[in-house]
Amino acid sequence: MSVDIQTVKRVARLARIAVSEDDAARMTGELNTILGFVEQLNEVDVTGVEPMTSVTPMAMKKREDVVTDGNKAVDIVANAPATEENFFLVPKVVE
Amino acid sequence: MSDLTRLTIAEARAKLRAKEISATEITDAYLAAIDQANPLLNAYVAVTHDKARNMAKASDARIAKGEGKALEGIPLGIKDLFATEGVHTQACSHVLDGFRPRYESTVTSNLWADGAVMLGKLNMDEFAMGSSNETSYYGPVINPWRRSRVQTTVKPTFHDGSAGFIKPGGVEENRSYDNMQLVPGGSSGGSAAAVSAFLCAGATATDTGGSIRQPAAFTGTVGIKPTYGRVSRWGVVAFASSLDQAGPIARDVRDAAILLKSMASVDPKDTTSVDRPVPDYEAALGRPIKGMKVGIPKEYRVDGMPQEIEALWQQGIAWLKEAGAEIVDISLPHTKYALPAYYIVAPAEASSNLARYDGVRYGLRVPGKDIVDMYEKTRAAGFGQEVKRRIMIGTYVLSAGYYDAYYLQAQKVRTLIKKDFEDVFAAGVDVILTPATPSAAFGVADQDMAADPVKMYLNDVFTVTVNMAGLPGISVPAGLDSHGLPLGLQLIGRPFDEETLFQTAHVIEKAAGRFEANQWW
Repeated sequence: MSVDIQTVKRVARLARIAVSEDDAARMTGELNTILGFVEQLNEVDVTGVEPMTSVTPMAMKKREDVVTDGNKAVDIVANAPATEENFFLVPKVVE
Repeated sequence: MSDLTRLTIAEARAKLRAKEISATEITDAYLAAIDQANPLLNAYVAVTHDKARNMAKASDARIAKGEGKALEGIPLGIKDLFATEGVHTQACSHVLDGFRPRYESTVTSNLWADGAVMLGKLNMDEFAMGSSNETSYYGPVINPWRRSRVQTTVKPTFHDGSAGFIKPGGVEENRSYDNMQLVPGGSSGGSAAAVSAFLCAGATATDTGGSIRQPAAFTGTVGIKPTYGRVSRWGVVAFASSLDQAGPIARDVRDAAILLKSMASVDPKDTTSVDRPVPDYEAALGRPIKGMKVGIPKEYRVDGMPQEIEALWQQGIAWLKEAGAEIVDISLPHTKYALPAYYIVAPAEASSNLARYDGVRYGLRVPGKDIVDMYEKTRAAGFGQEVKRRIMIGTYVLSAGYYDAYYLQAQKVRTLIKKDFEDVFAAGVDVILTPATPSAAFGVADQDMAADPVKMYLNDVFTVTVNMAGLPGISVPAGLDSHGLPLGLQLIGRPFDEETLFQTAHVIEKAAGRFEANQWW
């Protein structure tokens, strides 16, 4: 499978990365090189093979459903580019 | 430059305990070495002078009271991927500009609890995506090793005039060094270069496809990627969560064992941290390997592999045989599919993990006309080319209509790769010996690699299988190539059998000797 420039622009939109016309053209070539490289996986017979879900067999850890942490609003917003009274500020999303 | 920086961790530990040296003295020696060399090597992206001196002072106080811990007063460098409270933590990306975590990663917490001293944060490929440390926002790291040529001149034999007396000639060796800058490998290039150049006693690193073992091989240092789940990932900036694992880079096998003992732990904050006690890895050193079964996988003899790598591998086999190990030929039939499967799984996980860099919660924000425009502009400006490439691949293979063809197929192949190893271990093989990398260190801004991303990816051809199967792997220096550059051998072990890796790597180290770059920095 290979991608064309329209697909690259669509994927960039999904990934929320702005691309110029030049970026998209360059990325089309790069992505096709990588997709060409991974194509060889189709040679492998995977009949009856389960996809890996966990590399080491392990049971999901569970803990009591109790509050163990919190009251850290100041810490949480400390690194944000724009805040007001412990809220993250974003451009207007609702008219 | 002070001799204190030349001490291994084991040597420094003994001198600190005996109060022959102080933590402050050794820390000051490293800080002076960094201040002098870092403009040339670019191994550190942040040097924490004050914090280091304060930690050293506290270590000296504990030593005076007889309360010194396992790593008391040992100065370490920390890869920029580990969250360190109040200190530069950016995964060497522009998108995390100015990020100062309000918390400490489990690995670094463990090291500080054992008395270690932080010298600063080490350079790396952006978000650990790269094999040369050239994708860092902070620029490439320079390998302390340089290519050299040996010129030999044969001195003639001559008579000195007296009857029957002949003055012997001989061969004179003259080594001259090439000024071409080489990469230290990646993504833990800063860690490997700093350890190799005596700018820290040891360093933390991480390995998703070979990012500990390949730079260790390129710099003549020892690096171990532990079993998935052995070291907590809490507070380590995520790249590909099912593959990422932290480990140390050190000057020798003993130091790597000492560091891993402190880094590893059982951590309730990481759901994939495995509930097993951490053994005393150092105790495995010196145990005989007589009767140990060492597997040699034929699939690691790849096309176009330089003769020097093959010769190094044969030398490694000979050393282990001499020490009493039994050498067996084995087959890991799905080896060639590990790298292509990795380039689906890792970017898929990365595209998901890196979705959080949106200009809202931390780091860079580029204003836009609305919120989506702000996201897109922030991510376009904040991520470098390689990171964007991988996010794009990951987004594509996970997008509707392609998931089964790519991601599901890759995860099935991954099951087969793991099964290859399980079969071999079930047949009684204790450890697997392979080359660590298909070549020695290459030049900064290598044209071939720049033109074709897959060429760069092939650096990890011998190491990536280990991540796909969640196994432990160690890279240990084993020789020099014809240009005088270090080459490493890799040992792969059973899950949670890091002890056998240290035990066997120690045998190779004793046979091969240690390798140090000729100092120019």
